[in-house]
Amino acid sequence: MAPILSIRNLTKKFGGLTAVGDVSFDVPEGSIVGLIGPNGAGKTTIFNLITGVYKPTSGTIEFREKSILGLEPYRIADMGITRTFQNIRLFKNLTVFENVLTACHMNASYSFAEAILRLPRFRTQEKALVAKAENLLEIMGLMGYRDLVANNLPYGLQRRLEIVRALALNPVLLLLDEPAAGMNPDETEQLMRLIGRIRNDFSLSVLVIEHHMDLIMGVCEHIVVLNFGEKIAEGTADEVSRSPQVIEAYLGTSLEAADA
Amino acid sequence: MSWTYIQGILMLAGINMIAVLGLSLLTGFTGLFSFGHAGFMAIGAYVGAWISASPASTPAGLGLPFILAIVGGGAAAGIVSYFIGRISLNLKGDYFCIATLGFGEAIRLIFNNVNRFGGARGWPGVPGRSTFLVILIADVIAILFLANLVKSRHGRNMIAVREEELAAQIAGINVFRYKMISLIISAVYAGVAGVFFAHYMTFIQPKMFSLTKSTELTIIVIFGGLGSISGSVLGALVLTALPELLRAFEIWRLVFYGAAVILIMVSRPKGLMGGMELTPSGIRKVLAERNALREAKTKLLADAQSGEED
Repeated sequence: MAPILSIRNLTKKFGGLTAVGDVSFDVPEGSIVGLIGPNGAGKTTIFNLITGVYKPTSGTIEFREKSILGLEPYRIADMGITRTFQNIRLFKNLTVFENVLTACHMNASYSFAEAILRLPRFRTQEKALVAKAENLLEIMGLMGYRDLVANNLPYGLQRRLEIVRALALNPVLLLLDEPAAGMNPDETEQLMRLIGRIRNDFSLSVLVIEHHMDLIMGVCEHIVVLNFGEKIAEGTADEVSRSPQVIEAYLGTSLEAADA
Repeated sequence: MSWTYIQGILMLAGINMIAVLGLSLLTGFTGLFSFGHAGFMAIGAYVGAWISASPASTPAGLGLPFILAIVGGGAAAGIVSYFIGRISLNLKGDYFCIATLGFGEAIRLIFNNVNRFGGARGWPGVPGRSTFLVILIADVIAILFLANLVKSRHGRNMIAVREEELAAQIAGINVFRYKMISLIISAVYAGVAGVFFAHYMTFIQPKMFSLTKSTELTIIVIFGGLGSISGSVLGALVLTALPELLRAFEIWRLVFYGAAVILIMVSRPKGLMGGMELTPSGIRKVLAERNALREAKTKLLADAQSGEED
């Protein structure tokens, strides 16, 4: 089966700094792929390139065998790629429900005129949007916080809400940027199960950036390791954790090796 | 105080209200500040005056019905705002604000120098068609349209742009398009307000649409509370009537006006309404939010305690 996302020779330079250099990898359809690497390895830059926030210096990104290079972020979202952010970006002053309802907008098609005049199509579609948003909150366990202003939500749940908001867009590829950042082991464990569950329930492919190795090793079928903007290893959790380059990137070289 | 006097103030407040409601969409709901909306009022006022003034008056008009003046004035302001938006909407926050300030002043200066429209001396023969009833009807329509828009997916997308632009993009919202539509709607509202203003004063002059007027509109929106239609309505009523009520203080009235605005902003930093709506559903929403916060607090507290017992 063709991969859902295919990245080839992707490069992004900021002036003289190569944030991402000649990186290639695939996300197979329906899989959970982990993107790991030390700080500054270029992981988030890759997310920004995939979602159109940055334009690549060179290389190609193909989604379902069609190039998405140079498209505006909202067009890429339209096609079914969405993401969460490392530093949570919710609509802070809106309630949990409104955050999700806003993101449901793609499921409706009524025009400005129909909205302003409250024509029948507006009312029926609006009802469907509300039902969809509430259903999502229900299955993701946030219904108890429906009317809470997002800013007042506990940290872990803010991360969860961001995932729910992303799911409201009916994505086929979900990018998660450090979803477990700042979570305790218990919460991380829960999140791990959640990621596996949404992949199955929503038939998604997931690309996840994470520093929690338990999460990456536990949930990802395939792992890509970056260091200084370059891919240094790729494979299953087992293969990656035995790769000498990966060990070197994370732990440094041993004294004997350095002497030799 | 005679009824005609009170009615006069209410009409002026009603006219301001239309412009303020439009600006409320742009500033309060989409998060873009403008200091140039008097420019759009000027376009509406002049185009409206041109359409309805008698061909015999100087400057000469077309002598067409008032309704065409309203449509024409609003449309003209909307069209101009489209081109202004194309140039300036890619600017970030404060820079957009400064660009609008420039455009507003430029529009005023163009009218100042075009003799066809009376130049700096103004345009005297505008027919007095703005009646109390017409303005009242226009205000009701303006409020209903805006309220319906804000509660739709389009309104929510605008609010999303205000809240977190990058997240809005990632959520599939065409940020530029929604900013543009918000700007055009606000300009049409300002243009229509300009038409009513011209046909209320029966005399217009570029000086009436200076930066002071733009600032006044923005102050009313902020005073009423960003993101609240009821706030904009109340703000327009209070802040248009206030200078009149303060006439007893003679030369000090604008000092008192300033002091009153400062006092309210200090005591209510989010404006009179602070994003709330004075409607049954608006009140229910606020109560639901408070309730949810209380419940969440007790829930978290209970979780924390049970966690300690483990």
